[in-house]
Amino acid sequence: MAITEDEARKVAHLARIAVKDADLPALAQELNGILHFMEQLNEVDVEGVQPMTGVEPMRLKRRQDIVTDGEMQDLILKNAPDAREGFFAVPKVVE
Amino acid sequence: MSDLNKLTIAAARDGLRKGDFTSAELTETCLVAIEAAGALNAWCHKTPEKAREMAAAADKRIAAGDAPAMCGIPLGIKDLFCTRDVPSQAASRILDGFLPQYESTVTQNLWDAGAVMLGKLSMDEFAMGSSNESACYGPVVNPWKVDDRQLTPGGSSGGSAAAVAADLCLAATGTDTGGSIRQPAAFTGTVGLKPTYGRVSRWGVIAFASSLDQAGPMTKTVRDAAIMLGAMASVDAKDSTSAERAVPDYEAALTGDIRGRRIGIPREYRMEGMSDEIDALWHKAAEMLRDAGAEVVDITLPHTKYALPAYYVIAPAEASSNLARYDGVRYGRRARLGAGDGVVEMYEKTRAEGFGPEVQRRVMIGTYVLSAGFYDAYYNRARKVRALIKRDFDQVFADGIDAILTPATPSAAFGLGEMSGKDPVEMYLNDVFTVTVNLAGLPGISVPVGLDRQGLPLGMQLIGRPWDEGGLLNLAQSLESAAGFTAKPSRWW
Repeated sequence: MAITEDEARKVAHLARIAVKDADLPALAQELNGILHFMEQLNEVDVEGVQPMTGVEPMRLKRRQDIVTDGEMQDLILKNAPDAREGFFAVPKVVE
Repeated sequence: MSDLNKLTIAAARDGLRKGDFTSAELTETCLVAIEAAGALNAWCHKTPEKAREMAAAADKRIAAGDAPAMCGIPLGIKDLFCTRDVPSQAASRILDGFLPQYESTVTQNLWDAGAVMLGKLSMDEFAMGSSNESACYGPVVNPWKVDDRQLTPGGSSGGSAAAVAADLCLAATGTDTGGSIRQPAAFTGTVGLKPTYGRVSRWGVIAFASSLDQAGPMTKTVRDAAIMLGAMASVDAKDSTSAERAVPDYEAALTGDIRGRRIGIPREYRMEGMSDEIDALWHKAAEMLRDAGAEVVDITLPHTKYALPAYYVIAPAEASSNLARYDGVRYGRRARLGAGDGVVEMYEKTRAEGFGPEVQRRVMIGTYVLSAGFYDAYYNRARKVRALIKRDFDQVFADGIDAILTPATPSAAFGLGEMSGKDPVEMYLNDVFTVTVNLAGLPGISVPVGLDRQGLPLGMQLIGRPWDEGGLLNLAQSLESAAGFTAKPSRWW
């Protein structure tokens, strides 16, 4: 499987990283190099093997469904690049 | 008392308790050493005032007579740990100006034990790298130097390794996703321990690959690693993968008796093109353990070869999800926007200027392997191979092997800039001996064992059974004392 320039553009967009058109060929080539390296995995017989989800066979912890923390709006907004009236502010999302 | 910064944790603890010196004095010698070591570029945010306050508080506790082992010990903290009101930016431009309003569990545990924070240590951006060259603060320089070249301290915990090796702190925290504690420890002649996955809380540690990340101590000796791990580890309700296991006394496990322990030597780790020096040192280390009473056994871990490609699918996949949060909305940096730019342009520009090239590459690879149509071919296949890699280890442990001995790295420290411009995959090969351990969730430790012909340190890795950090540390200490590694970098900075 080789990544074309168009696919590189698509991946960059899915990853929400702006890439200039002029940089797409180099990006596609780099991604192809890495994918080629990964293709060694095709040599392994994985028939009947369950994909590993965690290293320790443990059940995810459960807890009471109750509020244990909160009331710290100012702390949460403190690092926002733009916060107004108690909200995170972003550019217009819907026309 | 000018050399207090050169002490180990164990020696400083004993000296503090005896009243030979105070934490204030000890801390001051570290602060002086740090100021004189600007050329190493190890520290990215220094906190001298905080350090002095914490040292004064520690001295009071010590005087009161019930201080824990880490009380008054000055430490460096990797920039990946969130520390309240102290910059914590994973060496990335995208977290410029971020001041966490909370404290990571690991650092909180250390402060509760009375440890002193000297500042934050540089690293590869988001812990993605093996040379520390991707830090937004510029590369860290290895204190070891044998010619005109400046060498890498390794990565990603390169700032931590350099600071410990140069005696700028008594010990430091590191994190290890594919070798990021053990490789820099090997490159700097220090000890680095990656605990079993789930032993140390990940809460408040900026996430790279959540199923692989684990924090651990970077120290001057194995005993110090045992002491510091005891203070870092805890059962934490804030991390759902934190294991419900009491933290044992790791220092008490250092009995010096390793008779009858069975050490496996995996044949698959004898890589093609491996330097004869590393091969010879590997043999020598096995001899040392045998002389101490251990039984050395050849073993096979047949899927070793596939660990690196599996890792470089799984880690970027998890990273692409974890790093989705850096979007210029809640914290860190937001790109300057043009007229008419909407929210998507804001995300794309923010991430393009905030992430460095290696982080961008991994996020995009991760996005690709998780995208519709490729999920099964790459991501699921890699997770199946991961299961086989873990099964290899399960089998040798079931056969009675207590620990596995391998080299820590395929080479000694290389020069800064030597890998730039090369294929990214070549840099990934640095992790060849260490990634298997993260994939299987096992504890692993790097111990300095000798110097190569150039005079640079080389490390050996011991891999333990899950949750057997105590037994692993005991073996590591036996290797450490047999090797008698006492070399230190001579000061040029």
